[in-house]
Amino acid sequence: MVHRKKNRNVAVIGVGQTKHSSHREDVNQPEMVYEAVREALDDAGLTMNDIDCIVHGNMELFEMIHQPDLWHELGTGAFGKSSFRLSTGGTTGATLFCAADNLVASGMYDVVMAIGFEKLQEGNTTAGITNMADPLWHRHLQTGALTSTCAYDVIQEFGLDRAKRASMMYRIIMDKHACLNPKAHRQFGLEFDQLEYLMESSAKLIGELRIIHMCSQSDGACAVILASEEKAKRLSNKPVWVRDHITVHREESFNIMAYDKRYPLLTTHRAAAQELFKRNGISNPLEYFDVFEMYDPSSWWGLDWIREFFLLEGDEHLKLVENKEIMLDGKMPINPSGGVIATNPIGATALIRPAEAALQIRGDAGAHQVPKPVRHALASGFGGTMWTVLIMLEKELNW
Amino acid sequence: MGRRVAICAVAQIRNEPDIWYKRFQGMLLECLEPILEKTGVTFDMDKGIRNIVTCSDDVFDARTISDNGMTDVVGAHYRGEEKIAQDGLNGLGYAMACILSGHDDVVLFMGHCKESQSESKRTCTNLAYDPFFLRPLGLDFLNVNALQARAYMAKSGVTDAHLADIVVRSRKNAARNPFARPNPMVSREEVMASPFLADPIRELHAWPVTDWAVGMLLCCEERAREFTDRPVWITGFGNCMDRYFVGDRDLASNFSLKQAAARAYAMAGIRDPKKEIDVFEFNDACAHQLPMIAEGVGLAEEGQGGKWLEAGGPDRYNVNLSGGMLNGNPIMLGGVARAVEAYLQLRGEAGERQVKGARRALAHGTTGGAGQHQTVLILEN
Repeated sequence: MVHRKKNRNVAVIGVGQTKHSSHREDVNQPEMVYEAVREALDDAGLTMNDIDCIVHGNMELFEMIHQPDLWHELGTGAFGKSSFRLSTGGTTGATLFCAADNLVASGMYDVVMAIGFEKLQEGNTTAGITNMADPLWHRHLQTGALTSTCAYDVIQEFGLDRAKRASMMYRIIMDKHACLNPKAHRQFGLEFDQLEYLMESSAKLIGELRIIHMCSQSDGACAVILASEEKAKRLSNKPVWVRDHITVHREESFNIMAYDKRYPLLTTHRAAAQELFKRNGISNPLEYFDVFEMYDPSSWWGLDWIREFFLLEGDEHLKLVENKEIMLDGKMPINPSGGVIATNPIGATALIRPAEAALQIRGDAGAHQVPKPVRHALASGFGGTMWTVLIMLEKELNW
Repeated sequence: MGRRVAICAVAQIRNEPDIWYKRFQGMLLECLEPILEKTGVTFDMDKGIRNIVTCSDDVFDARTISDNGMTDVVGAHYRGEEKIAQDGLNGLGYAMACILSGHDDVVLFMGHCKESQSESKRTCTNLAYDPFFLRPLGLDFLNVNALQARAYMAKSGVTDAHLADIVVRSRKNAARNPFARPNPMVSREEVMASPFLADPIRELHAWPVTDWAVGMLLCCEERAREFTDRPVWITGFGNCMDRYFVGDRDLASNFSLKQAAARAYAMAGIRDPKKEIDVFEFNDACAHQLPMIAEGVGLAEEGQGGKWLEAGGPDRYNVNLSGGMLNGNPIMLGGVARAVEAYLQLRGEAGERQVKGARRALAHGTTGGAGQHQTVLILEN
């Protein structure tokens, strides 16, 4: 692979988030962004004077603000700084993280702050997402992000009862994690003994996709500060190193026209994982990684994607969930933060993943800290028409 | 930094007032295919394109995730694609970072914008202002540019007649550019009689609604010769954000442009732009911005834009030989259009507009009203 070694190493040296919630009527957008920026600066022990460049992103049609980085300058601190704005759908936050890594590694900037936000309360999220589809070919088929095709696939493969149990088990575990995270939006306090009740009687959206399976609509922002090796070592006691990242997009048609089960395409998740692990010499990702922050828009997708990201076969992923191995003290803790089902301010969501993964490596995640030592973390972003960004973070600079 | 990034190929369609007969995808495909043909680049995962930087905007396309509809056309199938949602010149800066970081060898840049499909001058850019204070006042990029024009004209002795001459010159230059938006020639009198859009900006002082698409192939220094024998090098990049609230800014000060230019000059090792740069391309969305940007990048003395125009500054320094943004490029791609002209000049492919022996060029781009965010790119051959 022509993938070269980075021009220079890059580390996460500061992380900030708002408290995520359904309604942040007490703040406007720049004020909300400022909360995350302030926390990231305090976390890193820096001031805006230390920041060279701001990378900002969200999706414009959710709040109907054109190029909101212009207005948000009031909260991002971009005045007088270099700045970029990127937007790639749900993956936006992860793209911002990768962009900040590239900008620092390039040598063009020493310290870059990535800022993702969304204030979904101010728009209509499902209308916004439906609007992503091609107006001629796909828009009449699009139902926002609400699709139960994944539920259908899992049920087809593993049978109705096992599939429904596993996805609801996944959902309850995510809620248990969210209840430990003071920043998380939805914290229900679900218990495992509610599983059968919930899987039979909670309200349905489409097919076996129920409201409780689905991610929330949140207001919130996240800011992450990345720095060059030299700066990181000088400015931070606990730098978290960005080892590598990969972005895998695919064509927009979801393969509706040409889908044939005899010629299945890889999911972008599996394609990204295969390539990323191969070029970093990781043969057993389930052993290698200590925690995974996954962009899981519903508990069906979250369940199904464990298999893709860890390159598993058969029902290995189901067993991980059924045996509660994805809980904090399990073999592969997934989403100690509570994940996207609990908290989804879309432009920030995929940035919260590496931010939370970095906190786990630092040991600073508080009540939702994974108890075993965390040295290697994986974080994913999801967006568009099944797009993936996959990010590897490390405690030591020893790869 | 010792390493440079090459632009190996550029392909564009003609700037037109209304490409009603073609979708975005068709416009971009016409830019992709010539690049593949000219360079022989492939989508091979080891040696070819595996990352694409696109430039478009959700509001202009009226599509959430506007890059979503482009993935097929730009070849982003099972590979990276990242969208810059501001003036595309920043996309070239970002593509440069992707390559200098070591993450990519080859990056495809693809930008599109169909201003004709949306109410760009009013509705879209009004949406860039916050819903509480400035949007209800009706601010948009055009009338904020008008506030700037009034302030700048008072500061720098630029008159309505000067603006008319800038427009006349722009049309003449554009007539020699086969990819420029076709516009009728105008006389000074016609410009001075054209109706006001927002005082002091007249209809002919403002860029006309335009549709366009463009593609570029960028590559690391080590591999540039695989794709072209005449690479154009990006040697400097800088951008900067100014204040949001119009009242918090000195609209005629060029604050963010001066910072952006200083950053680009520092990276490229330029001390005196007047002597060291042969071709200048400014994103003059409105006529008054041409002398104003000249002040900002150090071509004209501060507050002397009027005198600089009278002394023949634009022709002396080879400013906007393409016709400039003023002749018509879509907003979002104004800066990229400048880089395209710089590329053609440095390759010796600018036809009748060619500056003999051009070695170094400056391309400038703007995002936001009255140049809130400014970008400067330095190119060399």
